[in-house]
Amino acid sequence: MDDILSILISKYNYWGYIILMMVGLYALIIKKNLVKKIIGMSIMQTAIIFFYVSIGVKKNATIPIITHGHNGAADIVRASDYINPLPHVLMLTAIVVAVATLGVALALAIKVYRHYGTLEEDEIHDFLKKQAE
Amino acid sequence: MIWQLDFIILTLVIISGIAAISIKDLLGAAVLFGAYSFMMCLLWSIMGAVDVAFTEASVGAGVSTVLFVAAVFRTTRRSRD
Amino acid sequence: MNKTIGFITVVLCGAMLLLGTADFPHWGDPQSPASRHVSPYYIEKSIPETSVPNIVTAVLADYRGYDTMFETTVIFTAGIACFFLLRIRRKEPIIRYYRHVPTGITLRIEKGAKLPEDSKVFDRIDTLYAPHDLINKTTARLIIPFILIFALYVIAHGHHSPGGGFQGGVILGAAIILFAISYDLRSANRKMSERAAALLSTTGVFIYAGTGALCLLLASNFLDYSALALILGVDPVTARSHGILIVEIGVGLTVMAVMVWIYYNLSSRGQHDEGL
Repeated sequence: MDDILSILISKYNYWGYIILMMVGLYALIIKKNLVKKIIGMSIMQTAIIFFYVSIGVKKNATIPIITHGHNGAADIVRASDYINPLPHVLMLTAIVVAVATLGVALALAIKVYRHYGTLEEDEIHDFLKKQAE
Repeated sequence: MIWQLDFIILTLVIISGIAAISIKDLLGAAVLFGAYSFMMCLLWSIMGAVDVAFTEASVGAGVSTVLFVAAVFRTTRRSRD
Repeated sequence: MNKTIGFITVVLCGAMLLLGTADFPHWGDPQSPASRHVSPYYIEKSIPETSVPNIVTAVLADYRGYDTMFETTVIFTAGIACFFLLRIRRKEPIIRYYRHVPTGITLRIEKGAKLPEDSKVFDRIDTLYAPHDLINKTTARLIIPFILIFALYVIAHGHHSPGGGFQGGVILGAAIILFAISYDLRSANRKMSERAAALLSTTGVFIYAGTGALCLLLASNFLDYSALALILGVDPVTARSHGILIVEIGVGLTVMAVMVWIYYNLSSRGQHDEGL
């Protein structure tokens, strides 16, 4: 019991990320409305960004902005004093790509509505089946 | 890094994420998605990722919510599930 | 039936991921594998080589500048994709609504006949239920200049504080979207037309790629900003800092133009006549 509790406290961040990603995956697979699917896709994207950011955290370290500025070789900078900046760089690109994909997905949803008159997936399937006959 | 604050905001994030996909009104889902995005920004700034939090605040709780509301306004507000 | 299968799939996937976390390093460990190989080099050599205190901006625009160039191209492609999906020719409306400004609430509807577009007494409104909100318009008009100045500050101060090109560009775009929401889509179209947005987005990508090509012409590698020391007349370390600022301006321009462009196309369903 003590063992499980210590594992829970030291790794609860990863559990939170898994729950969020499964919520997003569930919305993407099960829901029939197109806008709900788009919301699920966006929740999955932010959950993965959360995972990467939480990897780079270090104990008793500060934000990755060096405070002594342009002094040249004034102070020694130790790498264990600042948290890891590399996941932040990769995740900035990921957020940019997420918003671009969101814009195109919403444009596609508007075009589907303009053509079929509905946003529910099963109604669109029935419409296509009737058109094929 | 205060772990109590981290835990509370993580719980709020999960609750607003589940609420955003189960509500039947699409405009409410867009607004809840904006709240989810803002809670994520708080979570990241607690963990020390200030650049990522700034980007998510301006993109997620700003432009992304407006695009959602514009798309819902131009299609339909009702959803069946 | 479908719901049950999906639920079981999701639970199984989650359980497998949970099993995978047993091997993860402890959270907050300074010796974890993610923080040991390349990132100490970036942290320790960021100021001696580029003299930029914000490590994330230095890595994003200088050490990994090639990725950021293609990220700008991805945003530009998304703008073009929205344009190709939605844009149709504007149809002439049958009924137009006008409001008589001195009396404030009087509405007038007409068909077919023309009224001068720039007359001061009549205000064109979108639909019958568009409210006459003086508070919204005045507050937006007072606040928007300050938002624009703050966005320019975020771009320019990206070396010393969190910020940079992308964040400032999004705030610039959000200011113009605020203007389009509180006034009219047509008045926003007069201030920043669609053609201006398209041209600005291509200018931003060209600034980025042009800086890289300029470094090629000065007998160095592509996107190696220390070669700009020949033009600017400073030592190579400061030239790298100035090169980062120039490419951040390029990224900011593209992002602002694409955000405004996507909003125009989405909120008017492609016709650019009436918005939210």
